[in-house]
Amino acid sequence: MAMRFQGTETYVVSDELKLAVNAAITLQRPLLVKGEPGTGKTMLAIEVAGSLGMPLFEWHIKSTTKAQHGLYEYDAVARLRDAQLGDDRAADIANYIVRGPLWEAFESDEQAVLLIDEIDKADIEFPNDLLRELDRMEFFVYELKQLVKARHRPMVIITSNNEKELPDAFLRRCFFHYIRFPDRETMDRIVGVHFPQLKEDLVQEALEVFFNMREVPGLKKKPSTSELIDWLKLLLSGDVPADVLRERDPRKAIPPLYGALLKNEQDVALFERLAFMARRGT
Amino acid sequence: MLNDFFLTLKEAGLPVSLKEHLVLLEALGSGLIGPSIDEFYLLARTIMIKNETLYDRFDRVFSAYFKGMEDLAALLAKRDIPEEWLMQRARAALTEEQKKHIEALGGWDKIMEALRERLAEQKKRHEGGNKMIGTAGTSPFGAFGYNPAGVRIGPDGGKEGGAIKVWEQRAFRNLDGDVELGTRNFKVALRRLREFARQGAADEFDLAGTISATARNAGWLDLHYAPQRRDRMKVLLLMDVGGTMDEHVKLTEELFSAARSELKHLVHYYFHNFIYETVWQDNRRRHADRTPLWELMRTYGPDYRLIIVGDATMSPYEILQPGGSIEHINEEPGSQYLLYLLDHFTHAVWLNPEPIQRWETVASIQLTRDLMGERMFPLTVDGLSEAITRLRTTTH
Repeated sequence: MAMRFQGTETYVVSDELKLAVNAAITLQRPLLVKGEPGTGKTMLAIEVAGSLGMPLFEWHIKSTTKAQHGLYEYDAVARLRDAQLGDDRAADIANYIVRGPLWEAFESDEQAVLLIDEIDKADIEFPNDLLRELDRMEFFVYELKQLVKARHRPMVIITSNNEKELPDAFLRRCFFHYIRFPDRETMDRIVGVHFPQLKEDLVQEALEVFFNMREVPGLKKKPSTSELIDWLKLLLSGDVPADVLRERDPRKAIPPLYGALLKNEQDVALFERLAFMARRGT
Repeated sequence: MLNDFFLTLKEAGLPVSLKEHLVLLEALGSGLIGPSIDEFYLLARTIMIKNETLYDRFDRVFSAYFKGMEDLAALLAKRDIPEEWLMQRARAALTEEQKKHIEALGGWDKIMEALRERLAEQKKRHEGGNKMIGTAGTSPFGAFGYNPAGVRIGPDGGKEGGAIKVWEQRAFRNLDGDVELGTRNFKVALRRLREFARQGAADEFDLAGTISATARNAGWLDLHYAPQRRDRMKVLLLMDVGGTMDEHVKLTEELFSAARSELKHLVHYYFHNFIYETVWQDNRRRHADRTPLWELMRTYGPDYRLIIVGDATMSPYEILQPGGSIEHINEEPGSQYLLYLLDHFTHAVWLNPEPIQRWETVASIQLTRDLMGERMFPLTVDGLSEAITRLRTTTH
């Protein structure tokens, strides 16, 4: 067993996820990670790279991203311009091949971590265009007549937010892990990792509010871990005492500094309505 | 043993392939995990299941399969399984003979009790256990309204009394609803509706144009730009909500979300049961904020493709009779409003979530289909593909 990922001091990882990461490392398969937004999907790649001492290459996918962008791009316009100006560089096409993150990861001197972030943002056929590259870890550069082959198969971590379903052929080549929303206990540990100096009672009260808020039916976007962390930061800087949070009076259903937790005016409206109804009820 | 496990997963309708099975074997050979069933469970799930909505089904199959493996030895040692029970289990349904047999045993309740005891006592045998679950619906035990979860009484009633295993917690229960995961297929079908054209500002580098202009310019660079290719297909979606449509909500939502992500120009409105004078865009404000059909037709030109989604299941009066609507007094019959629409939108289809076999038997579906001029398609992936072919081609 060469390398084992054990989680890090700043990143709390479940046993399930640990096993999934280690399986992907050992068997050299890409790991597809899904989960609610804010459960640390992107952080995973950064932490894996950090803890195993591997270089990290990030490829953030946008709706216009093409598979080719990950391999390389040929900047023909720049070459044409240089040729017009009589620049000698224009004689060699290699000067105008811009390497993409996949190429960089393949050429890395040591095994690297390659993050393909939010693959579901791209066109629906995008994953299919990467099958061979991810399978054989090689691709051909037509302009240079050169085959780029990975020196060390990079550890590939792919994240998805489920906006589009991914094709079967692609899924078959990946390992898959769904990061569940952390339970109370894990959340305690996560908060502890981020705010070691936080008072215990404030944490407990904040978590109480947070998990209650997630229970409210009909929320368009449930607050997630990253939002909880932001909110705690705000509470900390605003010096909000724990007993304000302990306020269980339904007339004050909206917690202080809620803007960090609720990101959607409909959700805020929902909470206001709940507060209003509670007022009328009493 | 693991080959059986693989086949069991496949039988349960999980999309696992031989490739993944081989990878699992490879992983086991690599010494990645110790001899622990918990780790094996996680490993198998990581490798074989690629969708969290299938976790629950995987948990159930895993539980049924390996519960049996654990108990098999104990079961064989005891050898006191009543023969008639095995016999019943072997056959999927009750025969007349068995019914008599049950009577002789003291009726349903008693059998029920015996079954419950036995299930609690010995759990399921490897293959039998799986079959039990699979056929519970048609087997004698299914007749008691026992669902798989019910039959599989948890370890609290069992002998090993250990902690509940991960796969028995069924933490992903609410993610699986035997939903057909159709969004991707819907999207692929909908893409065929796209129609690209260059419109708008010239902001994309036009390579061919530049080459040609540069050549004309005696080799001096003359850059040219062109507008980007954009989808100019416009779609108006009218969706039936409420009433009998409630059971098709999931499917309709899938279609809607697929359409929203794949089509640039998508407008949607709702109606209830059938099309009358007004439609609305926000279901929460359907009574306050309605759009007259005439306004709809004035706003959206005939270049919009009209897709109506509805089960068309109602009383024929609601279509044919002025005042037939169940919500208000409509001046003209619903059929007339539909014809106005079809007159204006020459490219139109009706997608019906009801299974096609039922269409013949429901008068209102027949009526609507006639009004649509046979342009009614089932709301399935195939139906949608057909409908889109019609939308692209018909000029009516």
